[in-house]
Amino acid sequence: MATVTYKNVYKRYGDLTVVTDLNIEIADKEFLVFVGPSGCGKSTSLRMLAGLEEISEGEIYIGDRMVNDVPPKDRDIAMVFQSYALYPHMSVYDNMAFGLKLRKVPKQEIDRRVKEAGQILGIEHLLDRKPKQLSGGQRQRVAVGRAIVREPNVFLMDEPLSNLDAKLRVQARAEITKLHQRLGTTFIYVTHDQVEAMTMGTRIAVLKDGILQQIDTPQRLYDLPANVFVGGFIGSPAMNFFDATLIDENGTMYVDCRDFRVAVPEENRQLYKPYLGKEIIMGVRPEHVHDPEYPPPGITPALVEAKVDVTELMGHEVNVLFATPHTSFMGRFDPRTSVTVGMTKTAAFDMSRMHIFDKDTELAIRE
Amino acid sequence: MGMKQRKTISDIVVNGVLLFLCLVWTLPTFGLLVSSFRYKDEVRRTGWWTAFSTQRESETPRFVLDNYLEVLMGRDFTYTSATGAEVRASGDDLSQAFLNSIAVTVPATVIPILIAAFAAYGFAWMDFPGRKVFFTIVVGLLVVPLQIALIPILRDYTLLQLNGTFLAIWLAHTGFGLPLATYLLYNYISNLPRDILESAFMDGASHFTTFIRLILPLSMPALASFAIFQFLWVWNDLLVALVFLGARPDVAVLTQRLQEMVGSRGQDWHLLTAGAFITMILPLTVFFSLQRYFVRGLLAGSVKG
Repeated sequence: MATVTYKNVYKRYGDLTVVTDLNIEIADKEFLVFVGPSGCGKSTSLRMLAGLEEISEGEIYIGDRMVNDVPPKDRDIAMVFQSYALYPHMSVYDNMAFGLKLRKVPKQEIDRRVKEAGQILGIEHLLDRKPKQLSGGQRQRVAVGRAIVREPNVFLMDEPLSNLDAKLRVQARAEITKLHQRLGTTFIYVTHDQVEAMTMGTRIAVLKDGILQQIDTPQRLYDLPANVFVGGFIGSPAMNFFDATLIDENGTMYVDCRDFRVAVPEENRQLYKPYLGKEIIMGVRPEHVHDPEYPPPGITPALVEAKVDVTELMGHEVNVLFATPHTSFMGRFDPRTSVTVGMTKTAAFDMSRMHIFDKDTELAIRE
Repeated sequence: MGMKQRKTISDIVVNGVLLFLCLVWTLPTFGLLVSSFRYKDEVRRTGWWTAFSTQRESETPRFVLDNYLEVLMGRDFTYTSATGAEVRASGDDLSQAFLNSIAVTVPATVIPILIAAFAAYGFAWMDFPGRKVFFTIVVGLLVVPLQIALIPILRDYTLLQLNGTFLAIWLAHTGFGLPLATYLLYNYISNLPRDILESAFMDGASHFTTFIRLILPLSMPALASFAIFQFLWVWNDLLVALVFLGARPDVAVLTQRLQEMVGSRGQDWHLLTAGAFITMILPLTVFFSLQRYFVRGLLAGSVKG
């Protein structure tokens, strides 16, 4: 079992820097998820840890050992690839046994481990098959099984679920989480899907353009995004952003979004005081824009009138897209709502859940 | 006119053209095959298609095995010469030449493939300084015609006293075949999914293990298709064999003996027909046994999956 540490890690291809000054400490038994849009450096970060990419600058530790110059096979890690990378000419059994045979593990031990992994993953009846005779979900399990039998210190997974269909993905997600609990090994998982990140990770590292934006638990990432990017990336449908100005009128602080203004709750005014008169970005998640006829308890409502542009009935709620002359925003309304397209409707922003970002740095303004 | 109908018409045209081309291509070979079974005097007098004619003047049998027996068995045989005299001559015996051809062709196919596969893997998956330069040189060698290398190599072989040995011709064919082999195999091997190799490295495989356990089995289509190329080329080669092996009966290959058949007895070209068919047997066997790889190998890389 092992910790993993990235220390001032850079990755450059010629003049192009794809990972910039990455610093992460991953605790033993943690399930860390790298998430970000494509090209954000998440896979590269993982591949540097795997030893498949050289580290341009900085150090990576597995446990106390610096592994910069350790070849992949000696790092005591196993990886599940997005394409599964099964050996097409070998049976499932041989696929899983390959790494153990190369490591000269005794035959009986190999047999025991392969069969055990097969049992855990429910593929013991497929051991004689070739990969091409398996379905996508089964292949994915074999790929996981191949990693399990190695009994590594760290599991690396590079978008292992992205080739599965939606239903299977949800199931496999839960299985990997269970596997993590059962094995108690450090997992490092790369995905572009924020739902996977939120549901699986004990902590999530959000990357963009090779720069770590924020690393935190899923709940804190959702509640306290560090900047505009994280706010918009985590959560679905995405957070509404408004270009606005903080103003003071008769002792009350407002966020002025040109088309409407909303009052800042008392308790936050002190914090935002230095930004009075300045341009800011306000962020409000769609789930914090309510139908005033069905307000949930405990919110600090600010009423905004706008035209209903689109409604999407989801069954358990209605996504309502509002348009004002300068902006648009989405609210997730109670399904009993009476909104129809084209009407003008009042929406209730829960101001206790809003976020204010600095316009220039796009960083959240926090204590 | 419906889409379906138009499609049928274009299908007919395409298939018709294909059929025509196949016929044009096969007809000479078919004529050769028919001739090889005809009586030698008739071969000389009339065209092969007359063998199927219903009105024949001669009473000799339509089809005989004589030509094949003469070529293979080295049997004594007699024929009536132009002056009317009975001439006895000893026939040919291709069996030694057949063995020689195999002795030349098999190693001259296996050796370059092995070397080229190793080289292709190195060029495709290993990092070493000058990789691109070396590969460019290898590909550049594709344009060098082998004819210009014959004399210099012959002189070197004379110095090394390799002339007339099988080793000489194996090395020659290996050298001439390597650029194309390396290039073809490189194209295939470099297109194998990177993930699979990386997975093997993480599983603890060295480059050598990866090559033996993964690359070779996965490259079978490419290896087989190049094996066919090289085999046919070496088997049908006359020039290189003549230069480096010479025409000594103990080393002479089939193509040389065939050429001698015409050369030493110009009037006996009916024997050539049978000889030609005998030389074709092995290449045809090789081709048909490997052809499924051949088709796959040629498509490889162009189609994913």
